[in-house]
Amino acid sequence: MANLIAQLELYLPYAFVRYALIAGVMISLCSSLFGVTLVLKRFSFIGDGLSHVAFGAMAVAMILHVTNNMLLMMPVTVACAILLLKGGSHTKIKGDAALAMISVGALGIGYLLMNIFSTSANLSGDVCTQLFGSTSILTLRPVEVWVCVILSLTVIVLFCLFYNKIFAVTFDEDFAVATGVRAKAYNFLIAVIIAVIIVLAMNLVGSLLISALIVFPALSAMRLFKSFRSVTVCSAVLSVVNTTLGILIAVVGGTPVGSTIVATDIVVFVIFYGISLLKGGKNR
Amino acid sequence: MEQIVCRDLKLGYEKTVVADGVSFTVSKGDYLCIVGENGTGKSTLMKVMLGLLKPLGGSIEFVGASARRIGYLPQQTEVQKDFPAAVKEIVLSGCLNKSGLRPFYTKAQKALAARNMEKMGITALAGRSYRELSGGQQQRVLLARALCATEELLFLDEPVAGLDPKVTEEMYAVIEGLNKEGMTVIMISHDMAAALRYSSHILNMGNDFFFGPTADFAARREGGEQNG
Ligand SMILES: Nc1ncnc2c1ncn2[C@@H]1O[C@H](COP(=O)(O)OP(=O)(O)O)[C@@H](O)[C@H]1O
Ligand SMILES: [Mg+2]
Repeated sequence: MANLIAQLELYLPYAFVRYALIAGVMISLCSSLFGVTLVLKRFSFIGDGLSHVAFGAMAVAMILHVTNNMLLMMPVTVACAILLLKGGSHTKIKGDAALAMISVGALGIGYLLMNIFSTSANLSGDVCTQLFGSTSILTLRPVEVWVCVILSLTVIVLFCLFYNKIFAVTFDEDFAVATGVRAKAYNFLIAVIIAVIIVLAMNLVGSLLISALIVFPALSAMRLFKSFRSVTVCSAVLSVVNTTLGILIAVVGGTPVGSTIVATDIVVFVIFYGISLLKGGKNR
Repeated sequence: MEQIVCRDLKLGYEKTVVADGVSFTVSKGDYLCIVGENGTGKSTLMKVMLGLLKPLGGSIEFVGASARRIGYLPQQTEVQKDFPAAVKEIVLSGCLNKSGLRPFYTKAQKALAARNMEKMGITALAGRSYRELSGGQQQRVLLARALCATEELLFLDEPVAGLDPKVTEEMYAVIEGLNKEGMTVIMISHDMAAALRYSSHILNMGNDFFFGPTADFAARREGGEQNG
């Protein structure tokens, strides 16, 4: 233990570690807030699909030598998110097939393009980085950290301002529409924000593990907590704690950051699941 | 006073037409029961009236500006069965249609929610989790939410489905009470006996389409039984 702390003291002064922690905390906070809605609306698969789209867009950005690849990834992913969530909860079946096509298509074409056009000597390393976010979080530049912090704060503020609406649209979209709440507009907002979160999260855990970052804290919180507010708060806390732990372990242990964060999330989920089973006699 | 006028509605989904030529009017204070076999388009009609679905033809007119203040008790969906939400959170969400862009609930809205929970006898459950409640309690929660959204027009889609007889009776009594206070009630029901007993008007979907006062419907049914 003392050894571990000594190790951390060694690493913390480094800017790249602090950047990683700041970006990680912000991104995981955002993703956990909206994770609750995605899980409850049975939309978690959309996070997965969109992250593959973001990967495809990123591949294209790389080929075109766009200096800031977010400029391309963000609009493409947002557009896809809007298309997918447009139908609300009613077009699920058709949506499923469309999503699978877009998602796998983007992944395949993205890799193909990178393979054909890439001039990089270490192509599989590049691809691996994008899919699993092996190192990108540890190589952030200050500008990127700022962009990440500002976008995250925007997402968090929007979530707080629209909290009641997000709850209503998540719990019962039909009721909201019938009683004259502008559910379409709020769905639209949710779609855009989720796309933003996914593009941000690509830096942290890579496109394959984004879904884990979004759904695990929410699923863990839902095991133990019973109101929307407590689930949201718990999932935010879990997500921040897990990500911080994950980054620190990864830095000290030299493991890949994204996978380590996800592993931490899984361990916590298993613990919460266990606790809920122990308590289960009463209310299940 | 007429509140809703439906003219020659054609109901359905994309290519399939479920019902055609549905015309009726609902007046203030009416208790309209929509009855009919499964699959005759009762829920579809309600969705169209609520604006959740576009009619394939015909028109719906809500008379008077405030008439669009609607309360709705939907058929329960799968999602809600294990949704982590406190009773209070759900009831409050009924007030949202009066919020506009305001981010948080006002004192008045919280008071309205508290009043409606009191009215439905669920004040003691305010902090409980929705998914742990019994079917009857859940329906009361959703009804309290609907009451937060409206003072004048309530839509109910099979409000007693899956409830035991005692709870069913209680539910009918609550709805009757609301109607007596002046709430217009439009209810889909499988339960013909209850429909005949409580409603003022009947809309029978399906082959032998009928719309009119409940007394006429009852008379026609008796006539039909004697003939056949
Ligand atoms: N979303 C839908 N898409 C296509 N057809 C539907 C949809 N919902 C219901 N239907 C069909 O419309 C008909 C009427 O359904 P519904 O209005 O739910 O009947 P009821 O409520 O009277 O039992 C049924 O044949 C049903 O299969
Ligand atoms: Mg029905």
